[in-house]
Amino acid sequence: MDYFLTEEQTMIRDLCRQIAEEKIRPQSAELDEKEEFPWEIIKVLGQSDMFRIFIEEKYGGTGGGVFEFSIATEELSRACAGVAIGYAGTALGAYPIMMFGSEEQKKKYLPDIASGKRLAAFALTESAAGSDAAAIQVSAKKEGEHYIINGTKQWITNGGEAEIYVVFAVTNRSRGARGISAFIVEKGTKGFDFGKKEKKLGIRASATRELVFTDCKIPEENLLNREGMGFPIVMATLDKSRPGIAAQAVGIAQGALDLTVEYAKKREQFGNPITAFQGIQFMLADMATQIEAARALTYAVCREIDRGAKKISKDSAMAKLFASDMAMKVTIDCVQIFGGYGYMKDYPIEKYMRDAKITQIYEGTNQIQRSIIAAKLIKENAGKNKAG
Amino acid sequence: MNIIVCIKQVPETTEVRIDPQTNTLIREGIASIINPFDMYAIEEAIRLKEQQGGQVTAITMGPPQAESALRQAVALGVDRAVLLSDRAFAGADTWATSYTLAAAIKKLGAFDLIICGKQASDGDTAQVGPGISVHLNIPQITYVKKIEEINIDNIRVERMTEEGFEIISSPLPCLLSVVKEINEPRLPSLKGMIKAKKIELINWSNNDLNIDGDKTGLDGSLTQVIKIFTPPPRRGGQIFEGEIHHSVDKLVDLLKKDIT
Repeated sequence: MDYFLTEEQTMIRDLCRQIAEEKIRPQSAELDEKEEFPWEIIKVLGQSDMFRIFIEEKYGGTGGGVFEFSIATEELSRACAGVAIGYAGTALGAYPIMMFGSEEQKKKYLPDIASGKRLAAFALTESAAGSDAAAIQVSAKKEGEHYIINGTKQWITNGGEAEIYVVFAVTNRSRGARGISAFIVEKGTKGFDFGKKEKKLGIRASATRELVFTDCKIPEENLLNREGMGFPIVMATLDKSRPGIAAQAVGIAQGALDLTVEYAKKREQFGNPITAFQGIQFMLADMATQIEAARALTYAVCREIDRGAKKISKDSAMAKLFASDMAMKVTIDCVQIFGGYGYMKDYPIEKYMRDAKITQIYEGTNQIQRSIIAAKLIKENAGKNKAG
Repeated sequence: MNIIVCIKQVPETTEVRIDPQTNTLIREGIASIINPFDMYAIEEAIRLKEQQGGQVTAITMGPPQAESALRQAVALGVDRAVLLSDRAFAGADTWATSYTLAAAIKKLGAFDLIICGKQASDGDTAQVGPGISVHLNIPQITYVKKIEEINIDNIRVERMTEEGFEIISSPLPCLLSVVKEINEPRLPSLKGMIKAKKIELINWSNNDLNIDGDKTGLDGSLTQVIKIFTPPPRRGGQIFEGEIHHSVDKLVDLLKKDIT
């Protein structure tokens, strides 16, 4: 389908496709098996300006938005969703600085992120604070011109590999969600260590680690925006980043379908390629249609966000919800079409199924997405009744 | 550092098909790319620029569509691109090609280094690079696999030979032809691609270069292609077993028969 991409968006798509095919696909099975962080590929992405595309020009970017970023993420995910999230995790870490940082903070951190010199990470989740993000325990205590951070973050994407972390911590426990603040913490700061690297079902090329803060002292200028702004920063960041997860899901599903069509054409049973059977044809047709529907929704939301729409929570949640559920369903069916071969690690398709699962879980589980959508829907409806 | 890279647009295939009637390449249905060996030359030039500063100019002689090869070079990080295109240049052999390229390089002004790929994947002659250096009367070092050291006056490189490598120093300016062992070419950057779309190429015809007609194109070529063909595959060899002197006798007999 023609989505009338701009010339620059087309270049991003083509370039990422080239990187995916030439640099990622040949390595993806090995990266998955060894759970290796793909530094070599990240370097290529940096050289190709892919970290610039979501950052303003005055900070070394090319001035693109969520759409440009999502196009890149989709293409990279077609070859390996694990590599793609190493890339996308940096955007997630950069968004809070882009949206809420001071001029000094933007000047200090964004150019290095744009050039690919330093990766970023977004540190919200804790062992007891997942969907209930306001339940975080990591604390930041003001002492003179510093904050002292204590506690442990869990499952942080790019943990240990990134150098710039946006960390959410409680500054005033009595105020609940309004007592959370966001801080920029750099790797190498005394009292900031990394815990174990998690072993995962999918996206195994990405790094997921604990961040451990022990009396970690950071200067007060590392506070993002002002005290108590943590929760609004989380919400605004995730509203903006969710289309990226939707794009990742679309990429995973498309990558899996591409391999499946190719396989089905070659696989013969009962004297015919299995594409001759209507049962297989209908599965392929359904998958292609679902993918295109998810892509269309994702692109529409990206464009809406980039044009400056204010109320994006519902639409952004819809894209993430629909695309990730679609990716799970499609990749399961792809494995089904591969049959016994699909269940074997010798074939690349089972990885897509393992990778797809996370898109239903992270950056807000799909249950949370439904809550967001329902809450907005009901609120909109209430407004209508009043007006009527 | 002012670096010039000479590139060629070639068909994207390792199996070049030749029209037996006209003895020319069949180009229909085959995409055009930068000669793969020239990609190493471009990469090395860009790396040198990144280390030393300066600018890289890519130059090619070819039909108007060779413009796309130059734009691709710009996307990789080349600063200036020169297209030499003129009907008068058509049909040039390696002598006329290197003469024309040398004339354009002279017109560009002062330079420190010229880098070429070791050969083109279609013609496979490996003569144009060395030819340019002769026309410009500068030193040449072929089959370079590593630049060990470079400063404004001198260069020291490792040069591949069949048995190993040589270390050679030369004053600058000089010409290098490079082999694939020298680096791993990068992919283009987005900024480069945007620049490549917009950049104005330097287009020079024979008039701009002021070369005598009898030194360019088919008329200026010292060699002429009589016939191009795919050589028949080599037949398997023969192994003589048994006593060594018997084998030698048999071999000598066979060779004698072959000659007569």
